[in-house]
Amino acid sequence: MTADTARLRPPAHRVSPRALWYWTVKAAVLWIVLLVPQVIWWFADSDGASLPHVIVGVVWLLLAAVHMVVMPQWRYRVHRWEATDTAVYTQTGWLNQERRIAPISRVQTVDSERGPIEQLFKLANVTVTTASAAGPLKIDGLAAADADQLVTDLTTRVGRTTGDAT
Amino acid sequence: MTTTVDVEEEAPVDTGADWRRLSPRMLAVHPVMELRRLIFPLIAVLIGVQSGDGDAGWWALGIGGIGIALGFLRYFTTSYRITPIHVQLRRGLFRRRTLTVPRDRIRTVDVTSNVLHRVFGLARVTVGTGQTDKKNHGVKLDGLAAGAAENLHRELLHRSPAAEEDVQPETVLAALRPAWIRYGPFTLSGLVAIGVLFGLGSRLVNESHVDLTEIGPVHDSMDYLADRPLPVAILLVAAAVIVFTAVASTGGYILSFWNFRLSRHESGTLHVRRGLLTTRSTTIEERRLRGVELSEPLLLRAVRGARVIAIATGLRVGRGAERGGSILLPPAPRAVAVDVAATVIGEAEPLTMALTTHGPRASLRRLTRAVTVSTVLVLVVLAFVLLASAPWWAFWTALVMLPLSMLLARDRSAALGHALAEDWLVSRHGSLVRRRYVLRTDAVIGWNLTTSVFQRRVGLTTLVATTAGGRQSYAIPDVDDAEALRVARAAVPGLLHQFLVD
Repeated sequence: MTADTARLRPPAHRVSPRALWYWTVKAAVLWIVLLVPQVIWWFADSDGASLPHVIVGVVWLLLAAVHMVVMPQWRYRVHRWEATDTAVYTQTGWLNQERRIAPISRVQTVDSERGPIEQLFKLANVTVTTASAAGPLKIDGLAAADADQLVTDLTTRVGRTTGDAT
Repeated sequence: MTTTVDVEEEAPVDTGADWRRLSPRMLAVHPVMELRRLIFPLIAVLIGVQSGDGDAGWWALGIGGIGIALGFLRYFTTSYRITPIHVQLRRGLFRRRTLTVPRDRIRTVDVTSNVLHRVFGLARVTVGTGQTDKKNHGVKLDGLAAGAAENLHRELLHRSPAAEEDVQPETVLAALRPAWIRYGPFTLSGLVAIGVLFGLGSRLVNESHVDLTEIGPVHDSMDYLADRPLPVAILLVAAAVIVFTAVASTGGYILSFWNFRLSRHESGTLHVRRGLLTTRSTTIEERRLRGVELSEPLLLRAVRGARVIAIATGLRVGRGAERGGSILLPPAPRAVAVDVAATVIGEAEPLTMALTTHGPRASLRRLTRAVTVSTVLVLVVLAFVLLASAPWWAFWTALVMLPLSMLLARDRSAALGHALAEDWLVSRHGSLVRRRYVLRTDAVIGWNLTTSVFQRRVGLTTLVATTAGGRQSYAIPDVDDAEALRVARAAVPGLLHQFLVD
């Protein structure tokens, strides 16, 4: 038996390299939002010493820089996907990683979505949902054309299955 | 799935069945229900009139008056009909809507009557279709005559005409024994009651501008406590809270579960009936049943009690009153709970079989977490002592958290376990609430394997089975990578093999 030595391999396909930029911009937006309370604090306490503000600012800069450089690279190495005739398989995350596998016969909807940042980089994401609220498989950072192709493929395969998928 | 169709666009679904109305007796019930909501503004007005500041109250009364009027109108605008394939509900005054639910999508039928309903011989019927329940889109018929509600209930779930009364044989699987009430104090539901009372009290005080300390008994007991040394005062308050919680929890148990009865109908449904003042009767189709959950909160476990919850599609496990829909057995002796759960799923093995433990690596993770969290908390307290000159005894008391958290970690490790019976996936975890999930393997509609940085370093995975019922996902935490794969492959054959390498 190979059951003892077998390991789950990562899914076959990487996402588009443009996803690196997508994740970087998304992180940048988050860090800019975090800058707002700091600025407000600076104005609210303008007569105080500037040292605490400088310390917080430097910490912010360091964390933002590390996050924006490391996270997209790491994610790009992790994020993968694969769709076979019988199953959809995704791998996502960076520090915390998650592999999700759902049989095609249990798939209920296949959605494709393009947010504003994704449109900037000609990307799209595909979400495959099952009857469980805990089980959507989301593939981020696909090239738009690949996403359309995947949706078409999956829709055809799902259409061949029967039953109410619960 | 519930589909909402506007009347003018509605395609003729089927005809022939008559539109029926709610019971005219609900005309008496609705205003009283609305009045209940008005108690606080009313009190505020009464007190406000004396103090000359009752504007807000008057406004609320005005709005409430409109509510009562609308309640009356609801009777005239609501009608429903049951056709062979659909249940249709027509409602609304200015915006007439027809709600159409295909009958084969109906998963649960809930019949509830509160005290007021019971005085007038009425009941509320809620038809659950699963997904849309949360959005309050389901068919809710508030105010049918009790007999009509019972008929409707039978008609919808047993798919037989209302005329064939009581031909369905039923087997009683469990019924409340008065001795079970002794588990009441250990359910802690009384804590909720304390919270509610506290909330109501503070609202009353707020709206009526009464100074609590001027009320005789409150004043006296606060004086009494102020005269004691602090530890004694704390102990006294704690004792009062414990006694009150125990009494309230017992009361809650009796209110919720009096006359509890779980029965199985030949037609393939489980029937739960319970309640002292508000009676509730829930029916679950067995073909929607995906498994059971045996839950043992810490206190209940200490006195060898447990309760049973159904895992069924269309029944989300909610909180508070919502959760009531899926309960199969109130807190009862553990042996009875295991027995009932086994009868419901038709197999005893998944509930009694020994579980595979998760080993020292999983235990170490529990311990690390407990020690980290409690150390941080102790350090926070220490910071308060050093920087904000909090008393030193606060720090010494905080130190108790360390051994307590280690005990908790040990108990959590002991709880961890999983197993695979013939057609059942079994997982157990938790300490404050220990739960044993028994899920049918063919109900697993996907796997999520999550790993954190720390888990990857020691080769552990959290295997999550997703499903359409109950909590939607059931986890086997911190299991060895290879074992996670073995369980996932064995439980759902023919899915993972294509993604394996040697």
